[in-house]
Amino acid sequence: MKLGVRLAQMVPTLILVSVLVFLLQQLMPGDPAMVLAGEERGDPRVVAQIRSELWLDRSVPEQYLHWVGNVLQGDFGYSWRTRQKVSDLITQKLPVTAQLATMAFLISLLIGIPTGVMAAVKRNKVWDYIANAIGLAGLSMPTFWLGILLILLFSVRLGWLPPSGYVPLTEDIRQSLVTTIMPAFVLGAANAAVLMRHTRSSMLSALSQDYIRTARAKGLSKPRVLLLHALRNALIPVVTLGALELGALLSGAVLTEQVFSIPGFGKMVVDAVFNRDYPVVQGVVLVTAVLIVTLNLIADILYVLINPRLRRAA
Amino acid sequence: MTPRRLALLRFRRRPAAVVALVVIALFAGVAVAAPLLAPYDPTATSWSAIRKAPSVAHWMGTDENGRDVLSRVMFGARASLLAGVVSVLIAAGIGVPAGLLAGFTGGWTDAVLSRLVDAMLACPFLILAIALTAFLGPDLTNAMIAIGVSTAPRFMRVARAATLEVAGLDYVQAAWAAGASGWRVAVRHVAPNIVPPLLVQATLALAAAIIAEASLSFLGLGQQPPAPSWGSMLNTAQRFLTQAWWLAVFPGSAIFLCVLSFNLVGDGLRDALDPRGA
Repeated sequence: MKLGVRLAQMVPTLILVSVLVFLLQQLMPGDPAMVLAGEERGDPRVVAQIRSELWLDRSVPEQYLHWVGNVLQGDFGYSWRTRQKVSDLITQKLPVTAQLATMAFLISLLIGIPTGVMAAVKRNKVWDYIANAIGLAGLSMPTFWLGILLILLFSVRLGWLPPSGYVPLTEDIRQSLVTTIMPAFVLGAANAAVLMRHTRSSMLSALSQDYIRTARAKGLSKPRVLLLHALRNALIPVVTLGALELGALLSGAVLTEQVFSIPGFGKMVVDAVFNRDYPVVQGVVLVTAVLIVTLNLIADILYVLINPRLRRAA
Repeated sequence: MTPRRLALLRFRRRPAAVVALVVIALFAGVAVAAPLLAPYDPTATSWSAIRKAPSVAHWMGTDENGRDVLSRVMFGARASLLAGVVSVLIAAGIGVPAGLLAGFTGGWTDAVLSRLVDAMLACPFLILAIALTAFLGPDLTNAMIAIGVSTAPRFMRVARAATLEVAGLDYVQAAWAAGASGWRVAVRHVAPNIVPPLLVQATLALAAAIIAEASLSFLGLGQQPPAPSWGSMLNTAQRFLTQAWWLAVFPGSAIFLCVLSFNLVGDGLRDALDPRGA
């Protein structure tokens, strides 16, 4: 597939995402101008001024175009609560969540792929059953409950790790890792289960191929066949899936950050919801959607790059 | 043997799935009969029994207001199962007709609907649900609507793919050739045959919806206090982790067990209904 075509396909999706996010505002009960006016809501001049500043006195399509025009220039409006720029808030909080999500992703790779390979190699043996059971449990475990249980064990009982808080990487690398290791594990656990299940099935299909039999017949050692021949091919679909799962990591981050009081993107959106800070909610939803559409594109490109057959065609 | 009997046989050969089905039935029974089974009123506070550890009088202990945790877990099953079922019905109610329409008519309708689904799937499920409840206002009904709407695109995708597959089969072509109207072909010939993949999707979606309701309630966006819900119980539990582990362990186990059962049944159904995959 040509990159240009793929990029062009993103456009209608992104336009629709922006329309959906904008329309969220129309679901809101009450008049935003009245809310913003606060104690001055009795003064019609104040309300009228706010209304004209926010383009609330225009038609809905006009409001949308005005909003999208601003968004394209990186202006997501102002927080109703703190009067800060929403774009500033997002750039402050996003790195925190990015650190958490990256660590979680690495943890899920480290757990998911080896266990998936193990389960496939030892198919229908005890190891396979154990890996499958843990995988299913990982999928069924609510993120926040796993977080609470780990806090109970590692913070309350053993006192090894802090139950909450966050130290930025730039401040103190060691402390930063200490504060994020438990949340990152919690966030990565469900993802590890998904990766394990996919690695297992992908590995099983790779192991049944002719080239594996050939490699074995040539007398290559077992680990060599497994790692260089089977795993390399089995990982192609898993890589794409891994990139797609980053979206699920962002969802999970909302809960994890809440449980461990980490001041990231997810905590910001929940706080914004409680404060009825709608521009922040809209900004977060829009930015995550754009992030995910971009990640999907990267996943597609990666798929072509690591798959020799497709690489030659492209 | 009819395909249905065959599927039933294959399902029964999976003990884990059968046990899970029994567990789900138990949860449903507890939810329905909660007023009869619960030892205490789930909202009755007692100042003499605040945060008491599990005992003979209170099997799962009491919470920060002296309410019986077991009774609250039992009544909480209502919120969770209701939210699961209602939101999946909403999701299927929107997604299945849309998917059938897209797969059946193709062309522009399909292109527009598919792009809309792409756009909705671009927002992470929980973030979309949170945003929707934020704008609708936090309560259990709105949480169900939000979860249902956020899940609808998945049903649309499955229904569309299944429709495309079935619409190409010979017997559908035969129905066309026999002069059946488009409506008749869609409703009488295509719709019944896309049920198996949708059933699997619905079971797995139920598991996801129960986690989603618990998540929203945990964040304070679902069931509002004092009405009990597993998610909101865990929210309170978090404040008393150092003093009262039982507040965290029991409601969480209920969510885990319930979701695990739906996932097991979903996996079992998939293997039973799709002989190629088994």
